[in-house]
Amino acid sequence: MKQRLIPSLLVSSMALASLGAQAATVTIGTVNNGDMIRMQELSGAFEQAHPDIKLEWVVLEENVLRQRLTTDIATGGGQFDVMTIGMYEAPIWGKKGWLAPMDNLPADYDLADIFPSVRNGLSSEGTLYGLPFYSESSMTYYRTDLFEAAGLSMPEQPSWDQVRDFAKALHKPAQEQYGICLRGKAGWGENMALVSAMSNAFGARWFDEQWKPEFNGSAWKDTISFYVDLLGNYGPPGASSNGFNENLALFNSGKCAIWVDATVAGSFVTDASQSKVTDKVGFALAPQQVTTKGAGWLWSWGLAIPASSDAKDAAKAFATWATSKEYSQLVADKFGIAAMPPGSRASTYANAEYMAAAPFAAKTLESMDRADPDDSTLKPSPYTGIQFAAIPEFQSIATQVGKLVSGALAGSMTVDEALSSSQSVTEREMKRARYYQ
Amino acid sequence: MLTLKQGRQLQTVLLGTLAWLVALTIFFPIFWMILTSFKTEIDAFATPPQLFFTPTLENYLHIDARSDYFHFAWNSVVVSFGSTLLGMLLAVPAAYSMAFFETKRTKSTLLWMLSTKMLPPVGVLVPIYLIFKDFGLLDTKFGLVLIYTLINLPIMVWMVYTYFKEIPKDILEAARLDGATALQEIYRVLLPISKGGLASTVLLSLILSWNEAFWSLNLTASSAAPLTALVASYSSPEGLFWAKLSAVSTLACAPILIFGWLSQKQLVRGLSFGAVK
Repeated sequence: MKQRLIPSLLVSSMALASLGAQAATVTIGTVNNGDMIRMQELSGAFEQAHPDIKLEWVVLEENVLRQRLTTDIATGGGQFDVMTIGMYEAPIWGKKGWLAPMDNLPADYDLADIFPSVRNGLSSEGTLYGLPFYSESSMTYYRTDLFEAAGLSMPEQPSWDQVRDFAKALHKPAQEQYGICLRGKAGWGENMALVSAMSNAFGARWFDEQWKPEFNGSAWKDTISFYVDLLGNYGPPGASSNGFNENLALFNSGKCAIWVDATVAGSFVTDASQSKVTDKVGFALAPQQVTTKGAGWLWSWGLAIPASSDAKDAAKAFATWATSKEYSQLVADKFGIAAMPPGSRASTYANAEYMAAAPFAAKTLESMDRADPDDSTLKPSPYTGIQFAAIPEFQSIATQVGKLVSGALAGSMTVDEALSSSQSVTEREMKRARYYQ
Repeated sequence: MLTLKQGRQLQTVLLGTLAWLVALTIFFPIFWMILTSFKTEIDAFATPPQLFFTPTLENYLHIDARSDYFHFAWNSVVVSFGSTLLGMLLAVPAAYSMAFFETKRTKSTLLWMLSTKMLPPVGVLVPIYLIFKDFGLLDTKFGLVLIYTLINLPIMVWMVYTYFKEIPKDILEAARLDGATALQEIYRVLLPISKGGLASTVLLSLILSWNEAFWSLNLTASSAAPLTALVASYSSPEGLFWAKLSAVSTLACAPILIFGWLSQKQLVRGLSFGAVK
């Protein structure tokens, strides 16, 4: 009896083990925004098509997720099989060998359909490390009704000077109507995204060819002085604590005449369930000034696979499905065509139905076309990225500079003091990282 | 001119009003959170804030459709009660020895234990993460129980020690004279006397564990994530989320709020403990 029992136990345990080995669990770390939540909702279709793959979700706020993923990938924790990362992390982590290359993709994936700027932004030294889920640039939103009433006309791509003149004419704080809404909340992904793109338009750059910061130059002084003057005089009260969401709420409730921010907001301001101004919104390119280079930013959320994952094949199957044309069509069928993930695939914008349903799509496409992270400054710069420099030190530096710029906007320091402190903070960090002595 | 009686009455009314004002001020954010959870996203973001609106359950329905609330709630229950139980098993003997067999180093040991609370948790994130990784404790309920126990142990020892110090040594000596062992002393004499104090320690540890967010966010992924991780998943940098976040926060607070309400008698008794003398 005993002799029979042991082999049969062995056989059953081996069978169980093989069953366990077949069912791969893919843990996905992602951000909480509309597109990602739709992906989670639709993932049942993927699981049905791949019964051997089980998906588990970890949804977190962007900054929390970034910290969580960084800890895990830097220590080789292996807690995630698919990570939602941006254009900032993908090339840095890829170069360090923390991510699995996205090669040998299925033929029907059509990699060439993805915008080259997006593809390049998620690559390092020619190797792709993330598949773009959705991408965005920045653009100008304005209230067509207010412009019409005031006899104003918004050009295709206004200059910042023109934006200031419009904001001045439409600023009526007594009626809770503010001329301009811009990001003021400190953070490298908050105010510094806008300010960096704005500085590009003013001819500034983060670093010269020797990686030395240039905050003591006239271009940065022009940028920050203009920003503080514009937002301080014609912006809403407490602008230094407004980020994307606060400005979105102000714009959607009809309190902003002009708003310059991410193209992804196009679907929010035209969504009747959250906006009171759906049919009164006009779209223009992000403002230029002395140059059009780098005037609009470029960002993409991509799905990447950490090298520490023990389910790389299953993870790649999911990442390719979630960023495929087939998935976009699924979104269109379930949530309406305007909800298709924007900014990544040329085929989305070749779809006449999408272009008709999404009034912001044409300007999004134009903004994406113009954004070039490899050539975003008037004078040559050693870094890639438009609203950021893709170096590991940037996050810390820009967070500190963001606080100083926000302080200047709030009036707790002068523009000169903010720039002088930004220069010394950045010099110290860059020297410490041995970019120069 | 007020008489003495009138003066006292006025004092009582003033103190009562002040107490109500303080209580309402403390409760207001929770009230506003509950109110916001029944608003639409547009109403939640409206300026000026709306006190009167058409209530909706859409946020709760959204959470029900998107997340498995009971999975997160069960994890919260297991790790809070588990860590509290383990913490009390360690804190009671530690406090017993410190309170009744004091040495010249007892005070400094207590202070040293408390000083571990002064280190910002992020300072030890990477070493703890690596240890958890090596021992296979990442994303496990047992790992969270361990870390919560370690976090709350200094406070638990301090609290239990303070309650034990209030108990006259003579009572224990009497038990000893009757032939009680150390274990019997604790179990039969000490614990029944200090029931109120221990209950408030348990409750505080439960609340601290329930609300802890830093370690639960960093050491879990999907299977052991408690309610704090669920709440964090509803905050968004792009898109309106206040109403949904308020709804999920209300759901996360509700169990511990109800538990606290039910055990408030023990809590008050514990806080006013010291009547043994």
